[in-house]
Amino acid sequence: MATAQAAAPQTRTIVNDLVLHVATANGSGSQTSNMVLLRTLFQMGIPISGKNLFPSNIQGLPTWFTIRANKDGWIARKQDADIVVCMNPDTSDEDVETARKGAILIYEETLNLAGKRPDCIHYAVPFKKLIAEACPDVRLRKLVINMLYVGVCAQLFNFDMDEVRKAISTQLAGKQKAIDLNVPAVEFGYKWAAENLKKADPYRVERMDGNKGKIIIEGNAATALGLMFGGVSVVPWYPITPSSSLCEYLDEYLNKYRIQDGKRTFAVVQAEDEIAAAGMLAGAGWAGARAFTSTSGPGISLMTEIIGLAYFAEIPFVICNVARTGPSTGLPTRTMQGDLISLFYASHGDTKHIVVIPSTPKEAFEMGGEALNLAEEFQTPVFILSDLDLGMNYWMSDRFDYPTQPFRRGKVLDKEALDKLNGQWGRYRDVDGDGVAYRTYPGTDHPKAAYFTRGTGHTPDAAYSEKPEHWKANMDRLARKFATAKNRVPKPEVHSNGHAAGLIYFGTTTEAVREALAVLDHQHGLKLDLCRLRAFPFTQEVEDFLHSHERVYVVELNRDGQMRMTLNAELPRFAGKLRSVLHYDGMPLTADNVVQQVVSMEREK
Amino acid sequence: MAGTTEAPSTNKAGLQKKDYAGSKSTLCVGCGHDLITARLIDAAFDNSLKPENLVKLSGIGCSSKTPAYFVSRSFSFNSVHGRMPSIATGTALANRNLKMIGVSGDGDTANIGMGQFVHVMRRNLNMVYIVENNGVYGLTKGQFSATADKGSKLKHGQVNHMHAIDLCALAVELGCGFVARLFAGNTKMMKQVLQAALAYKGTVLLDIISPCVTFNNHEGSTKSFPWMKSNELAMQDIGFVPAYDPHYEEMDHGDERVIKLGDGSKITIKALDKDYDPASRTGALQLLAQHHESGKVPTGVIYLAGETPRFVDHLGMVDVPLSSLKEDALRPAKSVLDEVMDSLA
Repeated sequence: MATAQAAAPQTRTIVNDLVLHVATANGSGSQTSNMVLLRTLFQMGIPISGKNLFPSNIQGLPTWFTIRANKDGWIARKQDADIVVCMNPDTSDEDVETARKGAILIYEETLNLAGKRPDCIHYAVPFKKLIAEACPDVRLRKLVINMLYVGVCAQLFNFDMDEVRKAISTQLAGKQKAIDLNVPAVEFGYKWAAENLKKADPYRVERMDGNKGKIIIEGNAATALGLMFGGVSVVPWYPITPSSSLCEYLDEYLNKYRIQDGKRTFAVVQAEDEIAAAGMLAGAGWAGARAFTSTSGPGISLMTEIIGLAYFAEIPFVICNVARTGPSTGLPTRTMQGDLISLFYASHGDTKHIVVIPSTPKEAFEMGGEALNLAEEFQTPVFILSDLDLGMNYWMSDRFDYPTQPFRRGKVLDKEALDKLNGQWGRYRDVDGDGVAYRTYPGTDHPKAAYFTRGTGHTPDAAYSEKPEHWKANMDRLARKFATAKNRVPKPEVHSNGHAAGLIYFGTTTEAVREALAVLDHQHGLKLDLCRLRAFPFTQEVEDFLHSHERVYVVELNRDGQMRMTLNAELPRFAGKLRSVLHYDGMPLTADNVVQQVVSMEREK
Repeated sequence: MAGTTEAPSTNKAGLQKKDYAGSKSTLCVGCGHDLITARLIDAAFDNSLKPENLVKLSGIGCSSKTPAYFVSRSFSFNSVHGRMPSIATGTALANRNLKMIGVSGDGDTANIGMGQFVHVMRRNLNMVYIVENNGVYGLTKGQFSATADKGSKLKHGQVNHMHAIDLCALAVELGCGFVARLFAGNTKMMKQVLQAALAYKGTVLLDIISPCVTFNNHEGSTKSFPWMKSNELAMQDIGFVPAYDPHYEEMDHGDERVIKLGDGSKITIKALDKDYDPASRTGALQLLAQHHESGKVPTGVIYLAGETPRFVDHLGMVDVPLSSLKEDALRPAKSVLDEVMDSLA
């Protein structure tokens, strides 16, 4: 009989506060098991997050899934897991060695890990032996072996088995054969654990009411939904991790919900490369479609020439950069906020772009639609800056609100408008003084509708010109347009209580920063005001925040402090106030990391 | 010959020739490209094209400047080097009703733009893709392009040792439905083929040898006017019969091939070599390979099959342009969001 070894006698119970880390091999089908664990906790009303830490590989390399469940709603990544499930023999030695002191280790009995880490709590489970009993069909065993640890965890930590069954049905929706195979495996593991393991750890979960009205969703799916409800119509794309699932979700949603009399009100096209994807965006945006693509840093690099063309020729489209780590291939399956400068100022010859920065799936949904509006309103490329952590990981979110505001299609002259103007108009004339000119769509049935689009110098009436005064006037108008946009982009979320120190952050550092702020306050007596950036250009509120604080920390996931550099460049008079809190190892930020860096800098201040 | 009756001063669209004019060319005097531009204006007028339904697209280079020189009443987009095909694809996706003329050069297509060229040939857009092919870079003053023939010489004597890329052969191989090689100096054939190309509903590749009088018109060049005048092998006598021509059916067609185009018009091809079948893909490739050896330049319709479904048809898109769709068609109902949210709860 397998036994549990307790490092220390069980003295207390820890309820609804755990980090569960599952180590498996890539391609072993563990994703379903992990999602069942995550969903079960979510359905029990406990706030959760689920992060997939996976290699750039299809099958065989190690992968980890980390679940944090926390009754107080702290769901940022934590460095150390409380419970480690070691299903990958190739990494089990390391998984066990790096476990924190006192961690709970669940592993295959034959791995002989019992002697290692006597400071931890061990549950050795004969998974291989059990699966032979649980699943008579040899061919199916490797598909369901991971369900055994779901059962073991459910028993050890008090998961509600009805919720487990429901989670399996949700996860395998429509695949009854798979459900019939997996449910008994979980039950087998549960029963075995009840009969053979002696509870020796303090962790347990209990039903609570923390998730009312919430959903679980990946950021990429949320952005895709925002775009669909925002009326996206042309989607050329080229696959690149971690952005591919965004266009795949979008394709799936559009095919389900945007069919009119059996025909598609959209076009999704796989381009031959990112340059072509950008070219198709430019063609489609120019011709009056709401055009979108998703990519990641290397894709942005390839698109940059056309982004510059679109900036000067004033063509609307939206690109979501689901950022990953490093240049070139870098760490393609890890996260980073490393493409800030390459996005904000993408291309050559004085370019600046509107960038919206969601930090939650709900915001990704809202900004998906809003980005399409901003692009058409300002006739320019607009970027959504996401990252792998938001895009590909599982987030608890409030339900999304149906958009009630009409689309903002911008200044477009149709046949009737041209008739009224007797055809007297100029593509780049600043009629309203806001830097935004009027445009027409190709195909407009009016003899004066057409104009010549080019990246080269042009007059207000779109004629070719190399004259210095024309070039400069156009550049100044584009700057005016950008200044107008400054008042229209999403404003930052500011929490100011008059403290001397402030902290600026954005995107997926939000959960870690929120938690860090509570720790800084409660454990270190340090109070900070917060400003979460939601867009570039920086609005007046950002300037006010910098103005009203003595020192401001800028938290970001890159080595060089790209957001701090941008703040310095755009608002130079506050440069002396900024201090960087940086994290750039490819993993999502932890609260501890923020706390350590801020405490140390506050001591030196 | 059919289709060559004197043009009236006003065409079926109620427009005059001047309505198809563009700005004055800024290319060198005598440039082959200007000959193509002039025939494009003639063809668009004679086909009674509605300028509002036409868009002109180009990349970068001397050739890519030419959309400014014809049909100013049409929208035009002079984009970036080698990327015109993707801009055209996006335009077609947004508005499936537009007829597109893409003008490119040999460098813009066969060098920097090769990636996009081969992929646009695989997609059947409603586009006439014209390569104004002179084997040399003009705007950057005389470097070889990838269509320069092996053994041909630059102005200062440099010899090209690499094999030329044959854009017609590539287009045939990649599924383009209408492929022709033309010589800008043979304006009669060019005009007829341009008319047929504008009437064809699908991607057309016209590889037009269009000599550069400044950098590639010397002895030793195989893209010069003198070389082409001696080596052009005009394969066919080509005619174009507009859809509205009432007399054609009654005429004696002799041994002409008559191929009907999407708008009801017809192209007639009287082959000088009767065995050559422009509907045969292997025949087309064989012809091109044969003349790589001979040094002669066969001109005419290299390949023309019947019209096939277009890219936008395969995508199952609505019949109206996507650009015309309003919020009611583009934003699903609240019940859809509720359904999705419920599935994620």
